[in-house]
Amino acid sequence: MIRQDFNRIDAKRRSNLDPKKKQFAQPAFQHHDYQHRLNFYVLPPTAEITLEEFEEWAINRLKVLSELESCTFRNRTPDETASYMAPILSKYLALHSNSSRSSMLQEERKQDHYSHFILRLAFSSTEDLRRRFSRLESMLFRLRWKEDDARERREFVDSLDLRWEKVGDEEKRELASELAAVTYKTRQSDDDGWFKVEWEQVPELVESRRVLLKRGVAYVPAREQMSLVMAEFTRRLDAAMELTARALPRLDEDDRLTPILKHLSASFISPASTYDSNSALPGTLQPHANNIPQLAQHFPACMGQLQTRLARDHHLKHFARLQYTLFLKGIGLSLQDCIVFWRRSFSLMTDEKFEKEYKYNIRHVYGDVGGDSNRRGKGYSAYSCQKILTEPLPSAGQAHGCPYRTFSIDNLLESLRSMGVHDREVLKTIREDVGRQRYHIACNRVFEYQHKAELDGKPGQEIPGLKETIVHPNDYFKKSFLLKHWGDKEVREGADAGGPLKMEE
Amino acid sequence: MPHSVSPDTGSSGDHDLPDANPQSSHSTPTIRAGESPEEAEKSSTALEDMFDDDDDDLDDLSSSMAASQEPQSVQAISGAQSARFSDPEIMRAFYQRLFPFRYLFQWLNHSPSPSTDFGHREFAFTLPNDAYLRYQSFPSSDLLRKQCIQMLPSRFEVGPVYSTNPRDRKTLRKSSAFRPLNKELVFDIDMTDYDEIRTCCTGANICHRCWAFITMAIKVIDTALREDFGFKHILWVYSGRRGAHAWVCDKRARELDDSKRRAVAGYLELLKGGDSSGKKVNLKRPLHPHIERSLRILRNHFSDILETQDPWLEDDRAAHLLSLLPDRDLVAALRKRWDSAPGRRSGSKWADIDALAEARVSEHLDSKALLEAKIDIVLEYTYPRLDAEVSKKLNHLLKSPFCVHPGTGRVCVPIDVQKVEEFDPLEVPTVTQLLDDIDQWDHDKMDGVDGEGTGEKKIQDWEKTRLKPYVEQFRNFVSELLKDERAIKRERDDADPMEF
Ligand SMILES: [Zn+2]
Repeated sequence: MIRQDFNRIDAKRRSNLDPKKKQFAQPAFQHHDYQHRLNFYVLPPTAEITLEEFEEWAINRLKVLSELESCTFRNRTPDETASYMAPILSKYLALHSNSSRSSMLQEERKQDHYSHFILRLAFSSTEDLRRRFSRLESMLFRLRWKEDDARERREFVDSLDLRWEKVGDEEKRELASELAAVTYKTRQSDDDGWFKVEWEQVPELVESRRVLLKRGVAYVPAREQMSLVMAEFTRRLDAAMELTARALPRLDEDDRLTPILKHLSASFISPASTYDSNSALPGTLQPHANNIPQLAQHFPACMGQLQTRLARDHHLKHFARLQYTLFLKGIGLSLQDCIVFWRRSFSLMTDEKFEKEYKYNIRHVYGDVGGDSNRRGKGYSAYSCQKILTEPLPSAGQAHGCPYRTFSIDNLLESLRSMGVHDREVLKTIREDVGRQRYHIACNRVFEYQHKAELDGKPGQEIPGLKETIVHPNDYFKKSFLLKHWGDKEVREGADAGGPLKMEE
Repeated sequence: MPHSVSPDTGSSGDHDLPDANPQSSHSTPTIRAGESPEEAEKSSTALEDMFDDDDDDLDDLSSSMAASQEPQSVQAISGAQSARFSDPEIMRAFYQRLFPFRYLFQWLNHSPSPSTDFGHREFAFTLPNDAYLRYQSFPSSDLLRKQCIQMLPSRFEVGPVYSTNPRDRKTLRKSSAFRPLNKELVFDIDMTDYDEIRTCCTGANICHRCWAFITMAIKVIDTALREDFGFKHILWVYSGRRGAHAWVCDKRARELDDSKRRAVAGYLELLKGGDSSGKKVNLKRPLHPHIERSLRILRNHFSDILETQDPWLEDDRAAHLLSLLPDRDLVAALRKRWDSAPGRRSGSKWADIDALAEARVSEHLDSKALLEAKIDIVLEYTYPRLDAEVSKKLNHLLKSPFCVHPGTGRVCVPIDVQKVEEFDPLEVPTVTQLLDDIDQWDHDKMDGVDGEGTGEKKIQDWEKTRLKPYVEQFRNFVSELLKDERAIKRERDDADPMEF
């Protein structure tokens, strides 16, 4: 069991107290009663949770934030984002309204509360991370605000103790015509409420001229309240993160948390995914030593280009072999077939050399040889996009890595064209993605382009996680393959059941 | 964005500015002298980031660069004037005797004694060989002056105040420790953005007729910044050739982050779409009070614009006007009338719209829609065209006031917004005139008073020239700003004595 006293990190005036003393000074076990679905995350959690919960909740929230971020990268409209996020939210971070009378209410809200604070810790270390976190949390809050029940939302706002100045009746009368113009009504109705705030608090309303400005004061119509609440949410979060950052060094006391937090922030820097090998294919369609070139049409660019290089050069260097072997293992190629595949591909090599220098490595990757732990763990697992994207760049003659990152833009576009991507708009956006180092977004765009027909069509919609952003090459393969073969009953049932799909030696 | 517009050779008109260099090159300047490759790369992105938008300055760059590459003989014919302005002795005398470093220091420092507001402020120098030196900083006005005299920059730019001294940025362990903290909110109005509606001049040239666009823009933007945003300390500066810059210096403005700067720019920006897009004004009704007020300011100028610019004289421009009107029958009737009267002036064409509408050439004329379309047209032809990108970024650099424009030799003097109508860009003194003024004054003094006045305060060289009213105006501006800064500081000290 583990107790993380967030108070210690958050409360400004206590920051100069001895943290040890402080721990005793406050009753540690407090269970929150979550009255509202929305949360401004003012009070840090104080109850104990297990290390597993700590990690799991944080990873789930991270998943949600990453998907939100990918929505912004793709310029999805608010409505598109909302519908894209709905299934992801209900899967990873469900939050029901009071009126739902769900028995899970308190538990959901607790997870929401705790995971927010855990990630706040993980992302306080650098300004860049703080900014991203704050932006995404604000987006998440906005998303939930919009779908919240109107009455519950009002109760929540009332609970916030926000000090906005109301515009008095006399002033409203004086400014009547100008206020009406701001709301694009010809006449103001009497019950329209207005608030006065400094204009800096509502920049987006200013930008689109949806407020009246008078000498630095913004007159905000009550129905734009969301902007005010959002501004307040972001402002408070930014201030709290700033304090957390300053107190962060003290967190080292608990060395069980540090690696988890480090890992969390690392996966935020590039997309993380824990890929289970459920991506393997059902019996008759299983990959074997002879059909890899045919299956390559379903490979993401990073693997497809390795196959191309291999076919051309009859050789791949060490890291490329490792990246590719792990991928092939991940799609369900058996050890025996894998050895045969490589033996045939290295067609210019003597059997003796292959046996001596290459075979062992393949077996090692599969966990067939090596130390106990390697055998027990069935070798290495396939590389995620994160892993591939954070590896050092390949040097001359090496072919591994993510082409969106390692190729020159011209070479990349050329190889995308050879993958059948000819749409100039798409290529242009990919060029932009790459310019902004959003490599996995570019890759997802290629996937969407190549499977546009299937993605828009009816069949295959029930493929699990179909519309979530791909952050693992094997996931890319799996989705591509399933979309193509969804008509095949065996494939369909395998995917639904989840388990049986997995192919083990 | 309309970049690399080179000065037009074929322009005519009495008031046109001397052409800086007719042979000027279109190529983007590559200016990397004396920098490591890494630095050079940085400065090239920085160029794109930071000052790609200032068309007036881009011209300077390309023209001055071309000047330095052209054979002497060509310069002697075409660029005699401009060669004189960038003469090292002239620039040295200018920085030594005329540039008001002291007030510039107070302006940026916000108090009389040196602080990080000045010391951590980025300056960027454009050197005579066109090298571009970023991240310069100076503890005092004397040291800035010294480097100017030593390097003789053809101009320098002012950037943000950073969290640490810009010169130390590479010694920092974490790059996040070096970040921009604050800078004046700036605006750039440039005549290039008016090229599709002005007919009197093209490219880098201006005359009194088209300067009216800048005057109108200053009025509208200045009013909005004061009345709507509550800013008080707004410095308008002539950009040296064909535009104007605004520096909003209120503390509240300096502290805006990018999202808030974007908000101000978005609030003020009205015309959307590039040169070839159709309707540029798309406004909901009723009009926002800011637009309504701007319209009141601009209406008075609209008929002048029709008169002096005659923007719909040519057929294709008149066709654009027709494309902005809502009623098909009305448009057809107008086209017919104008086709039969070539050379009809814009004022008459504008009057034709109402005349034909009242004559009921269209059965189903929606007079409300017509009125709204006409208001949109007034706005399209008068509303300020901002180079908004300049305003949106905290770390955008902008040419310092009182620099010399290398193409025209004119000093970037402040514009008194109270008398903006009287400001005449063609009367702004050039650096050579100013040096002549000093000589003249010294000469007169020698003749007249003859060694007396020992008890008098020493007269500054700028006081001997026609730069005097501009420096005084700047000095007054700075002293008003400092007064407010002191008040803010007192307030803060009173409120939280423990903080320091
Ligand atoms: Zn003109």
